[in-house]
Amino acid sequence: MEGTILKTEDFNAWFGSTQVLKNLNISIAKHKITAIMGPSGCGKSTFIRCINRMHELNQNATTTGKIYLDGQNIYEQNPTILRRHIGMVFQNPNPFNTMSIYQNVIAGYTLNGYKLNRAERDVVVEESLENAALWDEVKDNLHKKGTFLSGGQQQRLCIARSLAMKPEILLLDEPTSALDPISTAKIEELLFGLKQSYTIIIVTHNIQQAARISDFSAFFYLGEVSEWDETKTIFTNPKNIQTQNYITGRFG
Amino acid sequence: MKERLRYRNARNLVFKFFVIVFTLISVVPLVLLILYIFKQGISVINWNFFTSLPKPVGEIGGGIFNALVGSLLIILVATMMAVPFGVTTGMYFSENSRNWVYKLAHLSVDVLQGIPSIVIGIIIYLWLVKPFGKFSAFSGSVALSFMMLPSIIKSTEETLKLVPHALKEASLSLGVPYYKTMLRVVMPAGISGILNGVILGVARVAGETAPLLFTAFGNPFLSLNIFKPMASLPLIIFNYAISPYDEWHRLAWGASFILVSMVLILNILTKLTEKRWKVQF
Repeated sequence: MEGTILKTEDFNAWFGSTQVLKNLNISIAKHKITAIMGPSGCGKSTFIRCINRMHELNQNATTTGKIYLDGQNIYEQNPTILRRHIGMVFQNPNPFNTMSIYQNVIAGYTLNGYKLNRAERDVVVEESLENAALWDEVKDNLHKKGTFLSGGQQQRLCIARSLAMKPEILLLDEPTSALDPISTAKIEELLFGLKQSYTIIIVTHNIQQAARISDFSAFFYLGEVSEWDETKTIFTNPKNIQTQNYITGRFG
Repeated sequence: MKERLRYRNARNLVFKFFVIVFTLISVVPLVLLILYIFKQGISVINWNFFTSLPKPVGEIGGGIFNALVGSLLIILVATMMAVPFGVTTGMYFSENSRNWVYKLAHLSVDVLQGIPSIVIGIIIYLWLVKPFGKFSAFSGSVALSFMMLPSIIKSTEETLKLVPHALKEASLSLGVPYYKTMLRVVMPAGISGILNGVILGVARVAGETAPLLFTAFGNPFLSLNIFKPMASLPLIIFNYAISPYDEWHRLAWGASFILVSMVLILNILTKLTEKRWKVQF
């Protein structure tokens, strides 16, 4: 596939003796949205947590195989440095509750000790909030605590915080499952705009969401990639019976 | 049916009655105790009482300046020693609650909390006073810092365990190293609880006499050298109270009043820090 940014090669992941990912071989296209679907416990979250090496922070978590980012095996890199290039947004909004909105956006720089002068900081904050479609709503309250925002705004703040680091890939772990439909629509619209400059991998339980926003979809079942293809193909002409059953709502 | 209902209501009433009476029985003496200390102590309090040194037997007046300074200094040094160790231990406990080191250390902290203060005094006497051949305020501080540790460790552990895991993940996913995540994200989120533990620890040791008997020893003069014997409020109360002189008894009441006020203020402070520093999750 042309324009591949991320590629896994015989990738396996375990929690203790339970294998959660089995022999993954999948490629992620650059500047596209890839949706990861599948029933609970099929390894969707584990997969994206392996991409930024958060999986290994759990006790007894192990992996084998390779994941290439721009041709480099990420399991041969320093995990903390790697995470600066791969942004992640979690299921529940988690802005830093001791910091203001402004400080939250710039947190990736301040906490990592990158020195920026005031003007540079202002630019990063405004750009990131603009990109996260939050600037207009918060520009007058930049120095208020981030936790005063609504759930949907908090989630966009978290997206802005990740975007501020200019990541190569943005991982989203069910980012809208804790939000109402209006906030969800806003975030979907935002993701659509972001794929011009970012590669997005989104885990979702919501089949319609995957159909609406993604260019590619992967269907995970029991730790294996049961099918992955262009979203159009997956939804109109699935090759696999499990995929068909899942997207038509017969199980999952 | 109605009979049964009446019987239940009666039982409820009896229960309520006992709850209220027992509460009163335990609270009233406490309030009386504090009032009595205030009544006995307040008449002794004047400017002179704070600023002058104890006088020899027979002379009227004299104050507790040396004991006040000594107490503050001993507690300050004890806090400075206990906080870094206590907070880091609490952090370790909150992060690793499954391995055998945790189980052993946690048990030790529980036991430490229950060790009589006089035993700690004796141990520090054997470890620090006897080998160096002299009593010192520093050894008193060490004894008190041991007594503060459990409160600091436990409150740090409990508070940090309450900090949402999601916050830590947010920081780690930005590529922030583990130590910075702990120091700049997790710790600030739990700062109110940690401060609380420190202040309660100070309040707990402020009135401790026994560990100081064998260590700081006491000193009738003003001393600022922490490697020499030093006076402190609990010690001066002890010495004055067991003396046969009325004037000294009065001074003991005054010192008790100061000590109780200090503990009261510290407790009010904990309430304030809770309000001021509490972080909403």
